[in-house]
Amino acid sequence: MAQHQVNYASTAGLPIALTTVDHLVNWGRSNSLWPLTYGLACCAIEMMASGASRYDFDRMGTIFRASPRQSDVMILAGTLSKKHSEFARRLYDQMTEPKWVISMGSCANTGGMFNTYATVQGVDRIIPVDIYLPGCAPRPETLQYALMMLQKKIRRESANMNNNTKQNLRLV
Amino acid sequence: MRKYVPKDNVQKKSYYTDRFHVVPNTPRFDVSTDEVFAQQLETLSAKVEVKRAEIQLGAMIVEINAEDNFKALEILKNECDYAMLSEMSAVDYLAKDGEFEVFYQMLNLKDVKRMRLVMRIKEGQAVESVVPLYKSANFAEREMFDMFGIKSNNHPFMKRILMPDDWEGHPLLKTYPLQGDEFASWYEVDKIFGKDAREAIGPENRDQSRIDRYDTKRFSRLGYEVPFGADISEGENPTPIEYSKTFLVDYQKADGVKPAEHRK
Repeated sequence: MAQHQVNYASTAGLPIALTTVDHLVNWGRSNSLWPLTYGLACCAIEMMASGASRYDFDRMGTIFRASPRQSDVMILAGTLSKKHSEFARRLYDQMTEPKWVISMGSCANTGGMFNTYATVQGVDRIIPVDIYLPGCAPRPETLQYALMMLQKKIRRESANMNNNTKQNLRLV
Repeated sequence: MRKYVPKDNVQKKSYYTDRFHVVPNTPRFDVSTDEVFAQQLETLSAKVEVKRAEIQLGAMIVEINAEDNFKALEILKNECDYAMLSEMSAVDYLAKDGEFEVFYQMLNLKDVKRMRLVMRIKEGQAVESVVPLYKSANFAEREMFDMFGIKSNNHPFMKRILMPDDWEGHPLLKTYPLQGDEFASWYEVDKIFGKDAREAIGPENRDQSRIDRYDTKRFSRLGYEVPFGADISEGENPTPIEYSKTFLVDYQKADGVKPAEHRK
């Protein structure tokens, strides 16, 4: 994050680091991404494994929250049925800005193998998605990689969300 | 040499046919071949008209008139010890016979016997609810209504169970398309954003293998990442791998950290 690296030993220990507001804000945002605990199907098992000790999401500052009002990221892990789509959108609306969405697994991306009447054919029909994560189900490493890509994306963004050219469904 | 078969469209059509498959023919036996079943059938047919009775795969199958379902199940429960209604639903034979077949799958725990009570009903005809006899029929009859549109009279809570309450159509009917009708395909859009948003969101894309090489709004290439929506028809440059920055202090260098006595 620091643009001007300070050698504390040679500058008489002055704790100074120069940076921009964007970098500072994005440093905070990207290193404390709190996802919403939102498992829809079998992908949720992999998401839980990512959060547990072996893959350990906590070390990346990713702590699962049980409330949309405390979350930054929505990980849609699994098949989204049409009956449930209304509630998924409501949970997304309840999250505070800035917010990001990871669509995890084939079912959430495109409907997957559920080419039927009851499944939403891709969650991007109702929620703007930042990262599409392929796999059925994706391994925890894949979810970690998706989260790291999201961090990368956030670090590139402007801290003022209004300046971002984010694809968003602002229809209502 | 093996015969060449074009493989570019194998996912779109089923290329496998089992030439040697023989449709299994379930053997049917007369009810008199089983003592317990014969006894139970006698009890049942004394009070209810039995149209057909046979044994298939060790289970008795009895067909009755649809009006007698409550009476027949009452006899089977109280006099023939069929304590459990394992499952009940319907089968759509509308195209073949113009009828539904409603079945009740029963289990006798005392004699370890299973039987199926079947009955034929016309489209739009309701059946009598058997919830007073079997509690498991509560959800099963709601599911039957949800999936086939067959209503049960005197049911305590006749409402859809699987599909949303405002759903149109009954999905397990043979006439219902697997990928949904017009209502189903726009359901979530209509409900969340309203009908006006249909045009902005667009119809469902059910081609799972669709990839547009130059669409940077939906697709990206690993190692060739470009900004969202960029035009890459001219080709794109590879993105170098980025590693996280680390602060490294070279302790061996004279300029580095000085030993403790030199700091004074």
